[in-house]
Amino acid sequence: MVFYFFKNKKAGIHQRNTMLEEEAMDKVQQKRAPIYEALQEFRKKRVVPFDVPGHKRGRGNPELVELLGEKCVGIDVNSMKPLDNLCHPVSVIREAERLTADAFHAENAFLMVGGTTSAVQSMILSACKRGDKIIMPRNVHKSAINALVLCGAVPVYVNPETDATLGISLGMKIDEVKKAIEENPDAVAILVNNPTYYGICSDIRSIVKLAHAHKMMVLADEAHGTHLYFGKNLPVDAMTAGADMAAVSMHKSGGSLTQSSILLTNKGVNADYVRQIINLTQTTSASYLLLSSLDISRRNLALRGEESFEKVSKMAEYMRGEVNKIGGYYAYGRDLINGGSIYDFDVTKMSIYTLGLGLAGIEVYDLLRDEYDIQIEFGDICNILAYISIGDRAQDVERLVGALADIARHYKKDKTGMLSGEYINPKVICSPQDAFYARKKSVDIESSVGMISGEFVMCYPPGIPILAPGEQITKEIAEYIVYAREKGCSMQGTEDPEVKRLKVLE
Amino acid sequence: MEMWFSEYHTDNVKLDLRVEKQLFSGESDCQRIDVCESVEFGKFIALDGEILFSEKDEFIYNEMVSHVPMAVHPSAKKVLIIGGGDGGVAAEFIKYPGIKQIDVVEPDEMLVEVCAEHFPEFSKGLDDPRVNIFYQDGLRFLRDKEEEYDLIINDATDPFGHTEGLFTKEFYGSCYSALKSDGVMVYQHGSPFHEEDRIECVKMHKKAYQAFPISRVYQAHIPTSPSGYWLFGFASKKYHPLENMDADGWNRLGIDTRYYTTNLHKGAFMLPKYVEDMLEEAEDEIEHK
Repeated sequence: MVFYFFKNKKAGIHQRNTMLEEEAMDKVQQKRAPIYEALQEFRKKRVVPFDVPGHKRGRGNPELVELLGEKCVGIDVNSMKPLDNLCHPVSVIREAERLTADAFHAENAFLMVGGTTSAVQSMILSACKRGDKIIMPRNVHKSAINALVLCGAVPVYVNPETDATLGISLGMKIDEVKKAIEENPDAVAILVNNPTYYGICSDIRSIVKLAHAHKMMVLADEAHGTHLYFGKNLPVDAMTAGADMAAVSMHKSGGSLTQSSILLTNKGVNADYVRQIINLTQTTSASYLLLSSLDISRRNLALRGEESFEKVSKMAEYMRGEVNKIGGYYAYGRDLINGGSIYDFDVTKMSIYTLGLGLAGIEVYDLLRDEYDIQIEFGDICNILAYISIGDRAQDVERLVGALADIARHYKKDKTGMLSGEYINPKVICSPQDAFYARKKSVDIESSVGMISGEFVMCYPPGIPILAPGEQITKEIAEYIVYAREKGCSMQGTEDPEVKRLKVLE
Repeated sequence: MEMWFSEYHTDNVKLDLRVEKQLFSGESDCQRIDVCESVEFGKFIALDGEILFSEKDEFIYNEMVSHVPMAVHPSAKKVLIIGGGDGGVAAEFIKYPGIKQIDVVEPDEMLVEVCAEHFPEFSKGLDDPRVNIFYQDGLRFLRDKEEEYDLIINDATDPFGHTEGLFTKEFYGSCYSALKSDGVMVYQHGSPFHEEDRIECVKMHKKAYQAFPISRVYQAHIPTSPSGYWLFGFASKKYHPLENMDADGWNRLGIDTRYYTTNLHKGAFMLPKYVEDMLEEAEDEIEHK
């Protein structure tokens, strides 16, 4: 494997006006959208299709055209010379990736069509091989642990502190990372959530310094961090912090279509090898709907991202103030910052603690949808998360705040007997891969205490595993799963669709 | 040259008005505003392409949302009008000497300015010293109000536009909290005739029915509204719109009207069978939930 770590600090000898010129040049470049432009050109040529897809610009599937529109099915085309090929880009996709890398100040960028899941997994598969150790916080997305099932690497968990009241996992403290590195000097990489679903950031700059000093790579899961690259007064993005790779969910705050994403790599990372890794699992028929949406969204972010995210931040800060005035709710923000486990906070995240009203987050989440026709991102045991984005309008924010006030009026109850989320330190008995492929038997969750889990259990969203393959099941974990299920969290991961039984190692 | 203004009531039905000239067109933060001079209806104002009111038929609407609750709750002193930027509803309330305070909440400042210029006879309702205008979102204004008002009039007519928040469960809940223990709320119930509108009507009735102990529906004929037929909602904590109406008391006030009479008041609550069925359907759904 070929990875180099030469962190060239840009020498400060640039003349000021050269920088300005460069910046102006960048803006001109960023106005381009090569994939989108190629598709426009291609449409004008009215090429007769004797290739896939078989719907042939929708003619073979009129119902689909009715649903999606002619424009949309018209660009659902196959890879071909004028449109390049995602598996081995040489023309327009390559240019689009170049522009993406520039916009995100990365060395290289890869357009991804398998969601940020595929970006996270490609990062891990690029950095780790069988038996390698990777340091990560336990509150990672399931895609990270799934990557370990695929490649056979072993996780070393850093305990992300838990806020006792809010019941959410926080960031990794530097001391904890240091300890993990010292205890595992042979680890090859560290994975960092930047930020977490709830908006919490670790001190990624210091983690990068520490990791590089010990020849470890830093991989950033930026599924919730696209806007960090463009907004002002937001936590630092992974590329600026010097991380080696980052998986960035363009389809979340970036505005592209669901399932599209990007993978960024920094200087010293062998991009050709990363491409090979991506191609192990990536489709050979990448959708041009997804690719062009990435292209257009990148252009939009580069040209207007700063002002857009300023608006989003303002809207979220306004809403935070209004929610906190209602009483009973706690919409947290930068006030949480403590210099350690909460090094920084992403103000665009609208996380609200609901247990003060005697309501689990998931209960408020259900009420909002069933009674008020408002769909929010998720509810967990103690909190809800409303996703605020460039698509929101002031009156929608008023509706959500109004609905929360109405819920506080009508549904408030005694909070005794409500469980708060707690960090349950997992005991990793064997690697996720060994556990996943081991001989297993099925038992009731209640009677599984002490056994080793062969599968995942999680609430989705947020998709952070409560239990991962290879971990010992404790009494607290079993109780938590049963409680979350009863409160109405939508549970996933087990073979049993009702999540009553669990596969454990024999 | 012929100029026509078309408003689509459904995908397949539209109302066309011959227009002499367009007097104003502008885009506010909330919506597109157009004012036109028509041959049959005089000047009219359209929001996002839907007629808000015309000179010729606006008296029906303004009278029906003000005099109906005033005849039931004659001692009302403090009124809140949500979305009443044109001033037409306020103009009716200032006719009552007993009314001490009228708060008008209107998010769209441009609407107020445009109405002041083109419909000064209505917007003079806003010049009365008892009237206060708040340029704010209705939901936001209501959020911290408790037992403050005798009457709340929801003057927003479009459940799909920027005022959609004023047709939600949280809105009815907030109004309930903002009303005194004998308070009354009047709101727009839409037009029940076309299928899409009918579905909205059912939803609206459900929300009011759940939020208030008394919720009745009444009607009026408004030519520029879809199918020419419009419903209002009367939601109240204490007073029944017919049993508690003080016809003699109201008539003694000698208020000048063109549409409303106390006889019409009674008739307005006598609904066609298909509308009654529609409302019962909504009530049944709630009872059997």
